[in-house]
Amino acid sequence: METFLQISGELLNGFSVSVMLFIFTLVFSLPLGLIICFLTTSKFTPVRAFSKIVVWILRGTPLMLQIFAIFYLPGLLKWFTWPQMNTGWKWFDSTFSTRFIAALVAFSINYAAYFSEIYRGGIQSIPYGQYEAGKVLGLNQSQVFFKVVFMQVIKRILPPMSNEIVTLIKDTALATSIGIVELIFSAKEFMVVDGLIWPLFYAGAFYLIFVGIITVLFNFIEKKLSYYKV
Amino acid sequence: MALLQVENLTKNFNDTQVLKGVSFELEKGEVLTIIGSSGSGKTTLLRCLNFLEVASGGKILVNGEVIFPAKKQMKNNLTFGLVFQSFNLFPQYTALQNVTLAMDLTFQNSLKEKKIRGFAFKKAVKENKAINDITAKQLLERVGLADKMQNYPCELSGGQQQRVAIARALALSPDILCFDEPTSALDPELTGEVLKVIKSLKEEGRTMIIVTHEMDFAKNVSDKVIFMADGVIEEEGTPIQVFDNPLSEKTKAFLSKGEF
Ligand SMILES: Nc1ncnc2c1ncn2[C@@H]1O[C@H](COP(=O)(O)OP(=O)(O)O)[C@@H](O)[C@H]1O
Ligand SMILES: [Mg+2]
Repeated sequence: METFLQISGELLNGFSVSVMLFIFTLVFSLPLGLIICFLTTSKFTPVRAFSKIVVWILRGTPLMLQIFAIFYLPGLLKWFTWPQMNTGWKWFDSTFSTRFIAALVAFSINYAAYFSEIYRGGIQSIPYGQYEAGKVLGLNQSQVFFKVVFMQVIKRILPPMSNEIVTLIKDTALATSIGIVELIFSAKEFMVVDGLIWPLFYAGAFYLIFVGIITVLFNFIEKKLSYYKV
Repeated sequence: MALLQVENLTKNFNDTQVLKGVSFELEKGEVLTIIGSSGSGKTTLLRCLNFLEVASGGKILVNGEVIFPAKKQMKNNLTFGLVFQSFNLFPQYTALQNVTLAMDLTFQNSLKEKKIRGFAFKKAVKENKAINDITAKQLLERVGLADKMQNYPCELSGGQQQRVAIARALALSPDILCFDEPTSALDPELTGEVLKVIKSLKEEGRTMIIVTHEMDFAKNVSDKVIFMADGVIEEEGTPIQVFDNPLSEKTKAFLSKGEF
């Protein structure tokens, strides 16, 4: 029988993998979402149509299916195999395993699709008069976007963003499905191997606290941006 | 030579012709008001002058130089400034920042064109910023908002917002300042303060084109009045000619309606 401390340690290990998956998914999906957003609003019809179909597939099928597809298909079809990190730094190599890389790709693409729609809604909600006011003041296109529109978009998309990001915290549990030793996987081991139920609820507390922190963070940012109304 | 010459300007939206050949001239320091019922093409005309729309045909000349059509469409045409009916202030910036933004950015663009980078760039931007702030403060004082410089648009009344918008448009000292119904979105009791500012700009000798439904104001402030109907200039002349002795039946009907 493991002690409480040992179990806490194991769960913390799993949690660190969940957090890595969360952070790196955001790092890749936030900018990728903006690129997809530009593609789905492109004036060039083939690009717009194609990217919209991709977004439809990504949002229209289960993330778990996408994780399976991205992890197994390249190998089964003999395209390529997901790389194995080999830096000699044990924590790094075991955290960023082959499976982890595949899951990260799946998560990043999937969440980028959701973010792209949030960006699109935010950008399209900015009144056209803002662009025109920038234009008659002689600003170029990128200045209009970054100096006039961008901050307003951020403010508008903050609530749906915080929603999506909270969902991502809990979705990291799906990585269990391809055998990544994240938080749920670790907790489940105690149930299967030692017949302990409570580590599962203990794991739940980790998620709750994490979600709590992220929520407080977003409330803080929203408050920071509440000095003006759009 | 007239400062602005517009020759046979046309604008089509798909199949409908909204401007059907508009021609007029404007001397430096003159104030032109454009009146006419809604849908007659007044806004479209201003938007074509400000390159928010690309005209379909005709010519625009400034100081005798053709600026439309031009081989290389000017990206930042700063001959004209435009004050919108709905202000369109930038909500995330204070009144002061709204006024300085374009000055700061155009200066940065000019540095980039001269390939000035790094420390020299930062230093020049900082020095210029101080000058721009002073200019912007003077402009805001000019429109009677000395005490509102640090306020955000959402903290200002409609009349105050429109006055910030006027200061913002003046910041780049356009040769010709256009107004598209600057008081139409305002409560009646707030129109006076905006009209007063426009009047004071006339006294300064600014060249302006004003689209308005404030007939008394138009009569009072203009050197020249154009009455537009269905995309053409139906009547044109001094305020006395157009308001007191209109020749066209359409003008008479429009003016007698009394509600614009
Ligand atoms: N972007 C557009 N697309 C199609 N029609 C337009 C557009 N903008 C204006 N119009 C039409 O052009 C006509 C003139 O409009 P506008 O210039 O706004 O008139 P005014 O400012 O005198 O009320 C109207 O019939 C309007 O419906
Ligand atoms: Mg109009």
